[in-house]
This record gives sequence, C-alpha cells and structure tokens, in this order.
Amino acid sequence: MLSRTASNLFWMGRHLERAETAARLLDVGQRITLLPNTEAGYRNEWNSLLRASGSADIFASRYGEATQEKIEEFIFFDRDNPSSVVSCMEKAREAGRIVRTALTSQVWDALNVGYQELRKIEKMPRAQVDTASLTDFTTAHTSTVRGAINATQLRNDGWHFMHLGYSLERADATARLLDVKYFVLLPRIEFVGSGLDSYQWQVILRALSAHRSYHWAYGGDITAAQVADFLILNGESPRSLITSLYEAVWHLEGLARRYGEQVPTEARDKAREVLNALQGRNIDMIFDEGLHEFLSWFIRELSTVSNLVHHDYLLGGA
Amino acid sequence: MSYNEMFEGEAVREPYARLRDWVQTMPDDFRQMKQAEAEALFRRIGITFAVYGEGGDPDRLIPFDMMPRVFEQAEWRRLERGIKQRARALNAFLRDVYGRGEIIRAGRIPARLVYQNDAYEKSVVGFVPPRGVYSHIIGIDLVRTAKDEFYVLEDNCRTPSGVSYMLENREIMMRMFPQLFRGSRIEPVDQYPELLRRTLESVAPAKCRERPTCVILTPGHYNSAYYEHSFLANLMGVELVEGQDLFVDGEFVYMRTTTGPRRVDVIYRRIDDLFLDPLCFRPDSMLGIPGLMDVYRSGGVSICSAPGAGVADDKAIYTFVPEMVRFYLGEEPILNNVQTWTLWKEDDRRYVLEHLPELVVKEVHGSGGYGMLVGPKSTSAEIEAFRAKIIADPCNYIAQPTLALSTCPTFVDEGIAPRHVDLRPFCLCGDRIELVPGGLTRVALREGSLVVNSSQGGGVKDTWVLSE
Repeated sequence: MLSRTASNLFWMGRHLERAETAARLLDVGQRITLLPNTEAGYRNEWNSLLRASGSADIFASRYGEATQEKIEEFIFFDRDNPSSVVSCMEKAREAGRIVRTALTSQVWDALNVGYQELRKIEKMPRAQVDTASLTDFTTAHTSTVRGAINATQLRNDGWHFMHLGYSLERADATARLLDVKYFVLLPRIEFVGSGLDSYQWQVILRALSAHRSYHWAYGGDITAAQVADFLILNGESPRSLITSLYEAVWHLEGLARRYGEQVPTEARDKAREVLNALQGRNIDMIFDEGLHEFLSWFIRELSTVSNLVHHDYLLGGA
Repeated sequence: MSYNEMFEGEAVREPYARLRDWVQTMPDDFRQMKQAEAEALFRRIGITFAVYGEGGDPDRLIPFDMMPRVFEQAEWRRLERGIKQRARALNAFLRDVYGRGEIIRAGRIPARLVYQNDAYEKSVVGFVPPRGVYSHIIGIDLVRTAKDEFYVLEDNCRTPSGVSYMLENREIMMRMFPQLFRGSRIEPVDQYPELLRRTLESVAPAKCRERPTCVILTPGHYNSAYYEHSFLANLMGVELVEGQDLFVDGEFVYMRTTTGPRRVDVIYRRIDDLFLDPLCFRPDSMLGIPGLMDVYRSGGVSICSAPGAGVADDKAIYTFVPEMVRFYLGEEPILNNVQTWTLWKEDDRRYVLEHLPELVVKEVHGSGGYGMLVGPKSTSAEIEAFRAKIIADPCNYIAQPTLALSTCPTFVDEGIAPRHVDLRPFCLCGDRIELVPGGLTRVALREGSLVVNSSQGGGVKDTWVLSE
C-alpha cells in the first residue's frame, strides 16, 4: 500500500474521531450555559473545554468573550478552527476522496452523503439550527461511517490504519480533557462534598459520553478516584486510556504480522510498552505520582507512538 | 445542410433501425424517470469533474444523453484503419525528429516549426524510448460531414482525457436498458483498461527484468480529471501516485509504500512535461520527481507519453500529418485533414484576412475552445479585433473552413432533435496498436451550436459499433 494512502486512511480515522469529540464538547458546553451563573466558575468551564481541544487561544483572539452563539459558531462551523466539526468532516471526506479506491462504495457513500448534508446545514440561517440537532447530526454521521467501515471494509492494512487513527485520537482526546480538569479530580479537602466538585466531575463524564456507563460500572456516588479510574484504567470503558491504547496495540500487532520482519515495528513495541506500564498501575499509584505528571507522561508517550507510526510506515523508507 | 446520422430524409439508416422503435415507443414519463436515474447513478458513482475556485458545487456532472450514437461495422473498420495509420505516422515522426530529422532534411516540414516549437524537448534528443513509441495513448478528434467523409480536427498525443466517460456511459446504458443490448450485437469496450495495462507493460524499460510495475501519476485530487485517474488505476489494478510518492535513488524510481520503497518501471503520467522533473524542467514545480529524467534517459523507467511527444500534436504540425503518412509509411492517408491555412504564408494570410466571416481561426497552441474565432458566429467588431491580433502575430494562428458537423438525434425537452456531434477514439500504441471499437461522442446540446466542449454546454453519448 502506498504510504500516502495509508496516511490518508490514518488521518481519515483521526478526523472523524476529532469531529465527534468537538460535537461532544459542544453538547457539554450547551449544558453549562443552561445553569444559573451564580456559582463562580461555571462560565470558565468553556475555557477549560476549549483548552482541552487545544483551541482556547484561537477562540480568544477571534471571538473575545464566550457566548453560546459564538461558541457554537466556533466549535461547529468555523473553518479557521482546525478542530471544528466542519473542518474535521471536510478533511475526513477529502482524505477519503483521495483514496477512493481504498474504500468500499458504502464507506464512500456514508462519508459523502454526510458531507453533502453538512453543506446544507451550513447554508441554513443560524437561528434555525439548534445545538442538540448539530451534535446529533455529527454523532449519527460519524457512527454511520464507522458502521460502514466495520461492516464492509476488508480486514487488510488499510483497515488497521483507519482504526489506528481512531484509537490514537481517542486516547489523546481523553487524556487532554482529563489533564485540563485534573485539579478537580485531585482529592482536595475543601471541595469534598461541595456541589461544585461533583458537578465538575459530571461535566467530564458527559464530555466523554460516559455519565451513564459510569453509573452502570460503579453505582452510587461520583467520586474523583472512581471517575479517574473509569477514564484511565477501566477496560470496559470505551474511551478510557487503557481501552483506546489496547485497540491501538491490537492494530499495530495486525500490521506487524501482515508485513513481516523486513518492516520496522518500533511503533508496536513502544505502544506495547506504554500499555504494560498502564496495566501495572492502579489509581492510587497514579494519584500518588501526581495525576498531571502521569497524564503529561502519557500524552508524550502517545505522541511518540504517533511519530513512530509515521516513521515505520508512512515515510516509505526514503 | 449537415449530415444526419440517423435519418436520410424520412428513412432510417440501417444501424439505427432498432433504435427508432425504442425511441418512438418510449413514453415521456419513462424517459424522464430514466434520465433522472442516469444522473443519480453518475453522482453516486462519483463520475464528476471537479471545478475548484469558481464557487458553487465543486463536483459537476457532464450531461449524459441516453440516445446512443451508432456506427456499422464497415464504417468503423475504415475509421479504425485510418486512426491506426495516423497513430503509426505520428510515432514515426517523433522518432525521426528526436533522431536524424529525415523529414526535415527532405524538405517536407520546415525545421523552424519543429525545432523552435515550445513542445520540442531538447533534453531527450538522441534517446529512443522502448519500442520507439513516444505517444502511447493517442486521442484523435474526428468529425463527420457525409456518409464516408471524416475529418481529423486534431491529434492529442500527450495525455488525452475522456476515456472514463466512454466506459461509464456504456456501463450505465447497459444497466438501464439491458433489453437494447440483447439483440443488437454491440461490440464491447470494457477491455480498454486491460489493453491499456498491457500496452504500458509492453514498453517497460530496458533494465526491467521482471513483470513491470506500472503506476498512474496524477497531479492530485484538485485536478478536474482526478476521477478518471482514480477510475483507471482501480480498473487496471495499479497504484495512483502523486509526485511526492515517488523518488529517485540511484538508477531507479521508487514509490513510498508502507512496506518500504518499491521499484516503479512504467509511469503513465497525467501531468505535463514541465512538471515532471524540477531538475530538468521547471525548478519551482512542486509536482515533479527530482532526477526522474536522468533515470528515464538511462533506461531505468518508462514515461508514457514520452517527454517531448507534444511536438507531434500542435496545430502547426497538424497540417503536415498527411505528409508524414506518405513520407514514413508510403501510404495515402485514409483520414482527411481539415483544409488549413497557415497564416505565416503570405498567400494563405491574404486569403484568410479576406474571408474571416466564413472561417474558424485558432491559436496554434490553444485548446479547449478558447482563443479562437468562429467567423459565422461572430459580430463584425469581434472579427475586426481578431484581425488586428492576426496581423500582429500571424505565426500564432491557423484558419479552417467552418465544417458542417454531422448531427445525431438527441433527447431534448421537447422530445428528440438533431444535435451536432464529434468523436474521440483512443488508440493505444505499444508492442501492438490497439483500438477498442468505440470512443467518446461529445454532443453540442444547444440547438445549432458547433461547440461540443463540456465547459461550453456540451454533453456525452454512448458510442456503439455494431458487429457483423
């Protein structure tokens, strides 16, 4: 497979995942603005969410103070925001168009139809578009594409590259969101039992579409340690660091098996090593070493894995 | 009065006999339903040409007309002989002008027109590509003016496009109207991708010892013909590469793959000479592969069409193609050239300037229907403006009579009506010369219009050749 083809499939997966992340942030943000603004700090939630998506600076320089309309415009529609839903879906569709011959017609159809739909939404007057329908549209579209991929694509190297994109992006998004909010997860005495901390933890869970599954998994009250455990170490949680990384390793193993010994496997080896490190920890150890320090380490290791994928497969040996 | 390909007075010509019943018994609503179905199929398959930077939908459809254009076997055989003859002469010419230049020494073609031509590539003088073939895919644009009168409008020796329409028009017709095909003995065209692959493999370079690896080189997905590039790559089972996917290492060209470098033997390029190799041509080109030309000249890779092939197809050289047929093949040309006045000759120039309102005047290097004057369709102000341009730079122009292009019945809003058509068959040149029975028929959908270019209201039709 051409390196450029693999790279486009990889980035198609990443951008689809990123579009979903953006839509989820929009949903959470919407919820925040529905709350009374009496408790200090609720508005600041926006800022932390924008920081998690790495776009707080662009927002501040272009829009100034956050309002619902501005946020919606920025996170969903703004083409100058590389992480907006429109930007990501457009990039995913463009990557798909470039590698049309590597996609089944169902996958291309799903990508293309969703994109045409998106262009219609873009042309509608903003007052007629409500936030909930934007997030619903995005998750429905990305799910359709994902479903078409899983139902129809050959389980070949291209399939591994797409899923590698998905899983690395997901691990990265979860880690960044946790890192931005790490201070509310640290068990600090003044927050315990106040309405603020439990609400903030809920925001995190919602931002990862995990507030219901959390209750199924743990039951009872929301506590910092359990939230962190759920999102870092729980192998049942679909967006946890360990699950995402496990999937990345699985796909890297698939590539290594397929390509045999003449192709380097540094990305696979590194990803395995990080996964082992995760599996060897429990949440108390993570809190002891410092959540922020742990997450910084993880994000760094993840970016090393990404670079090694590039190095092993996407340069073409030149 | 132009030649009507279906009717002779009231009578239907033989090849169209079956189609008459089909057309006449087709209810209006059925036709509209089928037309909508065809359009939906084109969109769904993605047969669009991309137009960026003009606003609106970047993916445009070329209008498809469901009424086929039909040739009978004897008509086609003659065309086929003429096309192959022309293809052989054009390649012989290229071999000659990059070699000893016998045709110029013999005084049949002025040296200036060849050696000072922008498309003449000095960097490949003396190098003979595998099998002596320079142009591997030749698109010859033909028009018809009478039962047995065909004229060549131009030769396309570089990278003619449109073959994907020939193939997809047929696919869609077979899918929508299978009953039409069952009793009609229509020669298939779907072997084209396979023949193209064989043609490319047959011109593998001298240093290639195993089964050659072929690729298609595209300028990228912003190119208007990108769909065609990816369509052909898919049907041929070869990689579709961009310049950045290829690199030169030592004596060979490689593509970057997930399992490391893989050698490439034959490049079917869909980019211009100028963008092939920044070390040899344009240093600012982002599309090219540095060092490619050195590998090419040392027999490490084949490039189709060969760099420099364009010198055979410009409008000034065109006038000499019948001469090439006589000079290299010792045969009389089967296909006619359109009578052409070359404005650098004084007699011709005087005649043209006196008859501008009747003539078509073209720029020597123009294409796509731009930079030309269609005398009968122009105002006197336009004619005078063009006259001034000609006088300022006569070498840049040629003139031709306005031809009465044949018409073919075409579906229009009111039913069916004659519209002007042309034809582009695609001739393949490798170890053998091959021509699939068919081609791309373009139709001027506007009543009376002679311009078939898709940018100016042209559509396409399926083209049938009936077997015996």
